[in-house]
Amino acid sequence: MPVGILHHLVLAGVLFAIGLTGVLVRRNLIAVYMSLELMLTACTLGLVAFSKQNNAMDGNLFVFFIITVAAAEVAVGLALIVALFRKRGTVRSDELTSLKN
Amino acid sequence: MSDCLFYIFAAIAVAAATLMVASRNTVTGALGMIAALVAVAADYFLLDAPFLGVLQVLVYAGAVMVLFLFIIMLLDVDKTSHERRSAAKWVLGAIVLGATVGAITYALTHADLGAAKAAAEAAPATGTEALAAPLPHGTTAKVFGYGLFTKYMLPLQLAGFLLLSAMIGVVTLVRRPKE
Repeated sequence: MPVGILHHLVLAGVLFAIGLTGVLVRRNLIAVYMSLELMLTACTLGLVAFSKQNNAMDGNLFVFFIITVAAAEVAVGLALIVALFRKRGTVRSDELTSLKN
Repeated sequence: MSDCLFYIFAAIAVAAATLMVASRNTVTGALGMIAALVAVAADYFLLDAPFLGVLQVLVYAGAVMVLFLFIIMLLDVDKTSHERRSAAKWVLGAIVLGATVGAITYALTHADLGAAKAAAEAAPATGTEALAAPLPHGTTAKVFGYGLFTKYMLPLQLAGFLLLSAMIGVVTLVRRPKE
């Protein structure tokens, strides 16, 4: 069976599912954040695949903006994690329970 | 040939992503993440988007992951906290993984993926609608730049502004408060 758009989309889906599992299972905030990035990358893979399928450049350009926004988001997110670590001394999500009850 | 390459890079991406999620050591996880991102970048090359592949390696696998590794080193998270293994958590993870993969694969194999293309070819845009029409696909950086500086001029400016505000935000967030 020749490789078509379906194969790329299934790969994107599998990567997304692995990222989702990481977000739900891991307790280390940095690992959770990396899993989130993996989900974002899986989505961009889907966009690139559809862009080729529809013979349009728009999907590719959208991926460019997603990469830009992701870079900004990672910088802000990691700064938040550093600030949190300074204040609470931990980056484990099950120890950050001050909003509970 | 390219089919073979796709399967190789897909296997690398899935294996590295699994390593990233499963490893207790955060540095190992970050290295797995880099491998997964490079494999996805290779997939971009196979999908006729070499510029995006290069960008992915430079920005994601390069800058972003170096930032991650830097923060991991700075906070020394593996020494201050240990991930406790619990079987129930991983069983839940496996169930979520299986359900998501199953749902996505089922939806993809039952969807008509050519429908949008057929609709676009049936009614070609004219006049003012042509501005909103899809740009023709190309592989060179020139085609990429043309799209960015014509149809997507405003989003491009906003992206630059977003990067500036993110930079200011980061400096404000990590600055130590004055005594």
